[in-house]
Amino acid sequence: MIGVLAQASTTDFDIFVQTFFKATALGSLYSLLALGFVLVYKSTQTLNFAQGAMALVGAWFLSLVFIDWDFPARWLPGPNWLHWIIALLVAAAMAAVMGMAIEKYTIRPMIGQPLFSMAMITLALEVILRTISFDAVNLTTRSLGVPWGTRIFMLGGARVAWSYIAATAMALLAFVAIWRFFKTRMGIAMRATSFDQEAAMAQGINVSRVFSIAWASGASLAAFAGVFASMSPWPSGGTANRDGAFFVFRALPAVVLGGLDSVVGALVGGMIIGFSEIYAGQYLANYTGVLGVGYQQVIPYLVMLVGLLVRPYGLYGTVEVRRV
Amino acid sequence: MLEIANLEVVYNEVILVLRGLSIEVPDGHIVALLGANGAGKTTTTRAITGLLDMHDGKVTKGSVTFDGHRIDDDDPSAIVRSGITQVMEGRRVFAELTVDENLITGGITNTDRKALAVAHDRVMTMFPVLAERRKSTAGYLSGGEQQMLAIGRALMADPKLLILDEPSLGLAPKLVAQIRDTIVEINTAGTSVLLIEQNARMALSIANYGYVLETGKVVMDGEAEKLLKDEDIQEFYLGLHGDEGERKSFRDVKHYKRRKRWLS
Repeated sequence: MIGVLAQASTTDFDIFVQTFFKATALGSLYSLLALGFVLVYKSTQTLNFAQGAMALVGAWFLSLVFIDWDFPARWLPGPNWLHWIIALLVAAAMAAVMGMAIEKYTIRPMIGQPLFSMAMITLALEVILRTISFDAVNLTTRSLGVPWGTRIFMLGGARVAWSYIAATAMALLAFVAIWRFFKTRMGIAMRATSFDQEAAMAQGINVSRVFSIAWASGASLAAFAGVFASMSPWPSGGTANRDGAFFVFRALPAVVLGGLDSVVGALVGGMIIGFSEIYAGQYLANYTGVLGVGYQQVIPYLVMLVGLLVRPYGLYGTVEVRRV
Repeated sequence: MLEIANLEVVYNEVILVLRGLSIEVPDGHIVALLGANGAGKTTTTRAITGLLDMHDGKVTKGSVTFDGHRIDDDDPSAIVRSGITQVMEGRRVFAELTVDENLITGGITNTDRKALAVAHDRVMTMFPVLAERRKSTAGYLSGGEQQMLAIGRALMADPKLLILDEPSLGLAPKLVAQIRDTIVEINTAGTSVLLIEQNARMALSIANYGYVLETGKVVMDGEAEKLLKDEDIQEFYLGLHGDEGERKSFRDVKHYKRRKRWLS
């Protein structure tokens, strides 16, 4: 926690501001993961438990592209940050291809099967992807070559990491992009398919392509989330390593709280979970004796539980989750 | 021209629903397909539009040919592109999408922007109600408006053949008349129509030719006027009864007897 390291002049208000930025950033990351989850669920009715593992793989892809292959600095002159952004897009594209392959070979053959079998498949995918990426990353950590590294800036007395701003901006960008996409022809086809698959087919909508695109975008959103979650000062600190899995399963409360099939729900749910986790971590630190160490990691699930008691379908979920 | 020859459709590999169905829809004609529940009318549309897969159905015999090409193996998207669209039973508009977005889904196979704009204008002039509510959510439209939207959506792909599955179902008589006029208007503009109906009077009043389906087979067919005058059709589909004036129930007539009379 940066706030703890801060100099004596840091006021309570500064700490509040610092925490605010950190919470916004974590909320953004959860929202990104949740958004990918919602996209896949909405169009294919599949609970994709592998979303977190895909995030991890995405971060590994970036390390592979940017550090190992030295792409695109090898042939493109220009500033480092530009190279990094290009590499990030390439990594997201690789994740998209991975998502499409996963959909084609593991999900499509299962269409029409019970939801439970599909969920088990994605759980298996989660384990497989996580193991593969752990093996690839190995025990060492891999640098992501983040341009802003561990740099911070001062806002009044508050110290704010650039990574927080970047994560928030990334999530905003993703949400605006998805929002716009839903108004395009392909986006409308996607919404139509999620509403009534047979009627969509009757219009000539290529439903397999819709599924493909849903999984591709879900996987690249996961990759973005994975990259921005692997930056300093998050636990994994600017590298792709095993700690990157720290939030793999934490996006689930965000999705469930927001509602499985709502884009707005993904944003709101992610933010609520992010804020409660960070603020609880900041302000309940004196009660570790009672709450135990690492209690803030339980907070998301507590919030989800309370949320579900009040609204069983999530904050923005459609009450009738499956239509006939 | 659409030709269905000796079509046999089986669901779940056991349930035989169509047993040797043969019908024809010549270019520019309105053809009515009549029959009671379970006769196989909707299965026929599914077989034509490639939607059998979704219901575990399969064409086991016979063929569906459109403009000289076999289409029974094509996927739904290819069939729409070859010029056949449908208005599904129960309207099936995308309730969460706006009117305009519903129309966009109908034109999804059409990549020509100009043609799309023309098709859109045509729908808007045909159904002024929709023009007023372009931005409203389709789910909030009334039943009649939803039926218009479903027809408009099917017109966006500029079809050569339009299949309508029970378009008058659940609509007030006034709206049924309006839908009927619309079908005539669409047909006059050059689109052939396959009209599937339980409302035989409405269907036969505008059709050139009609088929009567029973348990997956054509048991009777003929010119629409001839069918309208037919005693059995009058009795079972138009609710008119014989000369004695006493009320006859469909149930009172033995099944085999009806079959025999239609086949003779």
